Parts: sequence; structure tokens; C-alpha cells
Amino acid sequence: MVAFTAKRLGVALLVALTVSLITFSMIFVSGDPAVAIAGEGARAEDVDAIRKFYGFDRPIPVQYADWLTGALKGDLGRSYTLRQPVADVIASRLPVTLALGASAILFALVLAIPLGVVAAVRPNSFIDRFALLVAVVGQAMPSFWFALTLILWLGVYWRLLPITGSDHWQNFVMPAIALGYYVTPAVMRLTRAGVLEVLSSDYIRTARAKGLRPAKVLFKHALRNAIIPVVSLAAVQFGFMLGGSIVIETIFQINGLGYLAWESIQRKDLPVMQAIVLVLSVIYVLLTLAADLLNAALDPRLRTS
Amino acid sequence: MAQTTLPGLHIIDGIAAPTPGALLRQRILRHWGLLSGGLILAAIVAMAIFAPLLAPHDPYDQDLARKLIPPVWHLSAKASWTYPLGTDHLGRDYLSRLLYGSRISLLIGFSAMLISGVIGTTLGVLAGYFGGRVDTAVNFIVTTRLAMPVVLVALAVVSLVGSSLTVVIWVLGLLLWDRFAVVMRSATQQVRSREFIVAAQAVGCSTPRILLAEVAPNVLNHLIVIATLEMAQAILLEAALSFLGLGVQPPTPSWGLMVSEAKGLMFFDPWLIAIPGIALFLLVLSINMLGDGLRDVTAPENRG
Amino acid sequence: MGERILSVEDLRVDLPVPAGTLHAVQGVSFHVDRGETVCIVGESGCGKTLTALAVMDLLPQRAQRSARRLDLGSRSLLGIGERAMSDIRGSDIAMIFQEPMTSLNPAYTIGNQLEEALLRHSRVSRRKARDRAVYLLERVRVTAAAERLKQYPHHLSGGLRQRVMIAMSLMCSPKLILADEPTTALDVTIQAQILHLLAELQREFAMGLVLITHDLGVVARIATRVVVMYAGQVVESGTAADVFAAPAHPYTQGLLACIPVPGRTQRGARLGTIPGMVPTLIGEATGCHFASRCAYATDACRRNGIPLDAIAADDRQVRCIRHAEIAAGAPAHAPEAVS
Repeated sequence: MVAFTAKRLGVALLVALTVSLITFSMIFVSGDPAVAIAGEGARAEDVDAIRKFYGFDRPIPVQYADWLTGALKGDLGRSYTLRQPVADVIASRLPVTLALGASAILFALVLAIPLGVVAAVRPNSFIDRFALLVAVVGQAMPSFWFALTLILWLGVYWRLLPITGSDHWQNFVMPAIALGYYVTPAVMRLTRAGVLEVLSSDYIRTARAKGLRPAKVLFKHALRNAIIPVVSLAAVQFGFMLGGSIVIETIFQINGLGYLAWESIQRKDLPVMQAIVLVLSVIYVLLTLAADLLNAALDPRLRTS
Repeated sequence: MAQTTLPGLHIIDGIAAPTPGALLRQRILRHWGLLSGGLILAAIVAMAIFAPLLAPHDPYDQDLARKLIPPVWHLSAKASWTYPLGTDHLGRDYLSRLLYGSRISLLIGFSAMLISGVIGTTLGVLAGYFGGRVDTAVNFIVTTRLAMPVVLVALAVVSLVGSSLTVVIWVLGLLLWDRFAVVMRSATQQVRSREFIVAAQAVGCSTPRILLAEVAPNVLNHLIVIATLEMAQAILLEAALSFLGLGVQPPTPSWGLMVSEAKGLMFFDPWLIAIPGIALFLLVLSINMLGDGLRDVTAPENRG
Repeated sequence: MGERILSVEDLRVDLPVPAGTLHAVQGVSFHVDRGETVCIVGESGCGKTLTALAVMDLLPQRAQRSARRLDLGSRSLLGIGERAMSDIRGSDIAMIFQEPMTSLNPAYTIGNQLEEALLRHSRVSRRKARDRAVYLLERVRVTAAAERLKQYPHHLSGGLRQRVMIAMSLMCSPKLILADEPTTALDVTIQAQILHLLAELQREFAMGLVLITHDLGVVARIATRVVVMYAGQVVESGTAADVFAAPAHPYTQGLLACIPVPGRTQRGARLGTIPGMVPTLIGEATGCHFASRCAYATDACRRNGIPLDAIAADDRQVRCIRHAEIAAGAPAHAPEAVS
């Protein structure tokens, strides 16, 4: 078990390192970052001055090493436009995005898992078809349009919820729905397929033959096994959601990491952009690691590998 | 062994059975999801191709005098059949913009899907066929790609390089190949362990030949299914990029851009976001239904 | 022998299939007394598993079951509802299945699953349930029983898992055990041990045992009585001794001819076979189901439905209108399946 975790941790670190490398080299994608910052039509001297100030004149490997060692110490550089250390800015905005992501995945799970279970227990019934409809619609709907439509109906016409801001929990309801809805189809389908498959397995037949009541067969025996792949999927989808929160956060003006990313992209604030990508990648890697560990905890057969 | 063929049927020893081709055709015709998805998609593609013929006006033609005319079904005096879907804030005919917008979505979706398909399929097939270290390397690359927030990276790159049609296509193509890699890898692995591959190797076929002649035909159905689904993904992502202003630039009529331009006005003129939104929804829906239908039809045992 | 534990009369199971209705079990009748081992023999697809599942009411959802009589002791099991039936399952009637490797839930310990069987049906404490589990594991000759309780199914071999299944079926001291091919998935040496164990337990716990198998060797070892099934019907039944000594139905005769007998079968001699295939059970059939493969079939056999007749004693039955002639030495001809 220890060797298993250690190996996974090693791979995770390597992935994070590679991402940091790619992230770092992003700013050179456009050519000269000094030019990008200075903007069009800047004078040569200004561009040179910018270049010297930010250290772009040093060799790239040196710049990377500098940045990396700083990042490991928690210093992600200074924002170009916000006059603060990047780490501070991110630290203040990350919790908001995490809260949004958590509420979104919670919404998705609360909607998707029961729907998937009932659809599997009563295949081809009305509720099964309804679940399929939910899945199909969820996968096809552009998130930004869904968010705007929610705002129109719940925020404006029916005045149920506030439209912008991130101070109260009510602010998070619509964004959570808009963000979570995209994940719902995958989770629902996996739950349905998993429960359907498990219900036809031999140990369920044994459970019934022992005289266990249907509820017990379903919840104690079937779900326990069917939920395992769903947990992994949920963890991974949570990671994706954090990255995809930018659209939702900008629409609802929630002061999270996504909105910060949006602002820094507009202002070409490279250190902040790089740092956000790095932070999100590390979170994703940690999430997949957590998913693996959770898998091993849930499935006794995995513990010996 | 008496064997004759009627169209669509083998008859061997007096027993008639449908040919694989006929069986596939039967399954396709019975799958309403595949049929309706395919029909809607065909309609949208036709819309895109014949846009110049179908569009009543020039989608770029502005005239502030006729801005914000509501669509025909509104009970307002301004609505008329001259502008069936109304006009936007710059007086441009919405129907024409909608029709031309389909070109953008389909073009970007298809091109990005091609690029990501080539990248992902190559990686996946190589990993699945050779296994071992190649597999480990590809897995590592895929995991790294999955760890990166796609939307952010796409936005960042576009903001730094400049947003044009070509840039958007290439950025999407270079970022969305992961599902291709994963699916093609497992499909190749399944084929790899089948006996005819071993037979081909035993006969001394070169690897490229095996890959092209033996592996490819058997993973093709997986490829087609995933290609349709990824095209839908690309379309949605382009719409999101354009919505955020870092995709297709105005005045080009991208559906995502149309929603973005109208979002300030949506409280008073909600059709401005409803129409392109529904169009996007229908396009992606039809592609997804087609892809799911293809998956069901080529591998019905996987259906839940 | 003892009291009558199970009475089954005219049991029918129908399954709707795309091509029509599959009559999987057609009017099967048999009974089990306390202390008896009744073996239901037949080839794959003859309906023996579905018969057992029908008794337990564990048929697939689409299946339809009907019977003139289905009594557990004096109590009818027909139409009693799922709740009442689930009270009976596991406590009065227990079932053991064919695939021990997949019959246990991989997510829970052996102990948990054993105790659960008892805790469902009686109000004993967890500790008492655990003690009974240990006792039964020892009884089925599983070593280190107390430690085993904490193990997960994937830690055990197939033979061990089947023993656990047997122990699980005994947790509530059922009156009747239905064992569906319990040894088919196991090694031959383990097979013998498991059968021996079942026979022992049956004597000790004074239960009725219904053993479903396709293996006549198994039948010979442990059956008190035999019920031979073919294509959804009972074609012969009687005590094991009678059926083996003087099989009355041509199918049973054919089955027995397939087995080489040490000492009797000559080296190099052809083993018997039964040519042809099992007829389809979809839709209505006329006449004897075995006619197309039978060496004694006549037109009369093919025309009408064949009833189950009694020969001699009440418990000796055969579904063949020519059984007396065949026993007296009627000539065989080539079955229509071959000619």
C-alpha cells in the first residue's frame, strides 16, 4: 500500500513538473513577452526597459529555474498589474473557486446519482428516459448560454436569486447549477451503467437468495460496488470544473480564480496567468491521487496491488 | 455447401442470414436517435453550404436605423417578414447571421477535430500497439495534458498570439486530442490481442503494413464515434472562447460571439441570446445523437 | 422417509422472447422429503435451474411462473407476495449456486456476509451470529475459521468459497437446500469433497436436499431419488437405484449408455451418443419432445402430448407411451435426426 502511494506520488510530481515547464514556456509562445506587455507601437527603448525589468533578457533555462525555485517556496512572482505578490492574490481568490466547484459537484452528484440509480433499477421506464433526456440535454447545452438563461428566468423574471457578486450563499446557487450541470450527464450515465451491471452480478443473486430485502440488496450490496468508478470520475470532473469555472465566474462576477484568470488575460498579466495554470494543475494532480486512494479504500481487491 | 446470395442475405445450407452490411443497415434504420441526429446535422450542414442562397440579407450589413427589430412571432409593430428573426444591436439581419454562423461552427469544429484526431489517434494507436515504454510515455503525456485547464490555456495562448480563425482552430486542435488518445489506445489494445495480428506478424508483415491493413479497419468504428463526439466538444469550446471575446472576432458571425454581443441586451430582447443559443444546442445535440447512435449500431453489446 | 418438505405440482415457467414465448419449464412435478437427496438431472437448457429459481421465486422479471401446487411443508408458496417470500428465503429454503468465484460480494468480509444471513432472519446478537459463522465454517472444514471471518472473498480459492457458500446456506438451519450444480466449476478432486460434505451435512441437519446437475456420476454418488428432465419436462423419476438399474425412458437409457463403466465397457468400444439436438422450446410443440432423437419413436409418439405415467410404485414415473414395450425388448430403429 505504501509502495503504491509512493509510486503514484512520484508520477504526480513528474506531471506537475512537466506542466510547470509547459506553463512557463507559454509566455514565449507569442515571441517576445516584453513586446506583448509593452503593447503595439511601443518604442524600442521602452520594450528594452521592460525586458530588463522583468528579466526576460536572461537565458530561458535560468528564468525557468528561477521561477520554479520561487514557486516551490511559495513565491510565484509579482503581478504586473496588481502590485501584490501573485501568491497572495491567488490565495485570496482560490477558496471562492473551490467553494463554487464544491457546490457544483455537490449539485451534480445529488442530481445524477439518484437519477442513475433509479434509472438502472427501472430500465426503460419513464424515469429512465427522463434521466437519458437530462444527460443528452446537459451534454449539448453551452454552459454560458445555460448560465444566461438561468439568470433570465431565476434572477430577472422570477426574482428568486441574486445575479452577481459572491458575498452570500445565494450567489452560488445559479453558478453551481450552471457549472455542475455539465458534469451531470457523465456521472448519471456511469452510475446507471454501473448499477445495471452490478445488479445482474452473482453476488446480488446470492444476497436475494439469502432473503435480504430489496432496499438492503440495493444500498448495501449493489451501490457499494457500483459507486467505485463514480467516485474516481467525480474527482476528475471536479478538477475539470475548476478549470472551466472561468466562463461561469465571469458571467456571475464571482471573485474566484477563474475571474482572476480572465482579468489577468485581458491585462496580459503573465505571472498571474502562469501561476493560476500551475495551481490548477497541481490541484488536478492531487485530486486524481485522492481518487486513486479512495478507490483503494473502497475496493478491497485493489489494496494488495 | 450450397451458397447463393440474394441482396442482403447469405444462404448457406438452406439457412438465410443477413449479411453484415445488411445487418448494419437494419440497425441504422431502426435507431431513431441516429436518424434524427443525422437528419438535423445534415440540415445544418446544408444551411451552412447554401447560406449565400438562403440568407435574405448580407450578414455584415449594418444600419442603426433598423436595430433591434424583434422576430416575426413578436406582437410588435416593428416585426416583419423582411427580418424573420429580427435584427441585432447594429441592425444586422439575425437570420442571415445565424446561417453564416453555422459555417463558422462547423468549420472550426471539423478542422479542430481533424487536427486533434490525427494527434490523438497517432498517440493512442502507438501506445496500444507497442505497449511497454511507448505506452507509459503516451500515458504520461495524456495525464499531463489532462492536468492543464484547457479553457485557460486556450484563452492565454489566443490572447498572446492574437485571435483569428486559424489560431482558434490550431489551439483547439492541439488541446483536445486526449479523448482520441485514450479511446484509440484501448481500441488498439483490444485488436492487438486478436489472432489475426499475430498471424500477420508471423507471416512477416512490416509494422506499418499491419497498422494500416489490419489494425486500422478494426478500430475505425471507434474512431468515427469519438470523432463525432469530439467535434461537438470543439464547437462548444469555440463558442465559449468567442463568447469571452477571445475566439472569432467581430464582425464575423460566430454563434458564441452573437450571444456575447447580446448579453447586455438580453433583459429586454431575450431572443438575441435565445436564437444562437438554441442553434448551438441543436447542432451539438444532433452531433451527439449521431455519435451515440453510431456507437450503439456498431457495438450494440455496449448499450446499457 | 420423513415428512414432506417440498411439493411441486405442474410448475410452469414462461419467458417472453422476441420470437414468441419460451416455455422453459412445462408442468414439472416432484417432491422432497426430509432426509432425501433428490437429484434433478438434465443437459444444459432443459430447465432445471429455472425450476429451482421458480421455487425460490428468484426468476428474472419478465418470467411468468405458475403451478397447481407449490408447498413448503403445509404452506403454499404461491401468491404470498415478495415480503413473505423474502422471509422464507435463506431461513426455510436456502440456495447454493454454481459459480463460487463470483457469488460473494468483493467489498465485504466473509464474516459480514455470513452473519448477515442469520441477522436478517432472527434477532440474535452480532456476537452469536459470529459464533455460529465460526461453528459452521469449521463444520464445512474451513481451517482457521475465526481468522477467515475477517478475510475478503478474493483471498479464498474457489473450493473454499464454495464451502463458505454452503456454510452461509446453513446459517439459519433451513429445512431445504437447493444446490444448483455446486461442483461444476470446481476441480474434480474438490468436487468429491464438496459432495461428500453436502451428504454429511444433510444427514446431520436432517434437511431435504435438491441437487441439480448434468453429471450422472454426481447423481450416482449421492442421490436418493432422481428426476430426469428433458426440454422443459420431467421424463422420468424414481429412486436412484431403480432408475440406474432399469432406466425406462429412452433418453435416460441414452444418458447412461454414454458413460463408460470400468469393468464393463470394452476397450475400443464406441461410447454411446444421442444424435440430434434439443428442440426449440418456443411456441407450441406437439408430441414427445424426444421423438426426433428417439430410436423407438412412432407416429403416435409424435402426434399427441405424452403424459407422465406411473410404473409400478407411485414414485416411479416415466413420460413414454412405449416404455412397457421397450422394456420388453421392442426393436430400435435409427432416429429421424440421423436418417
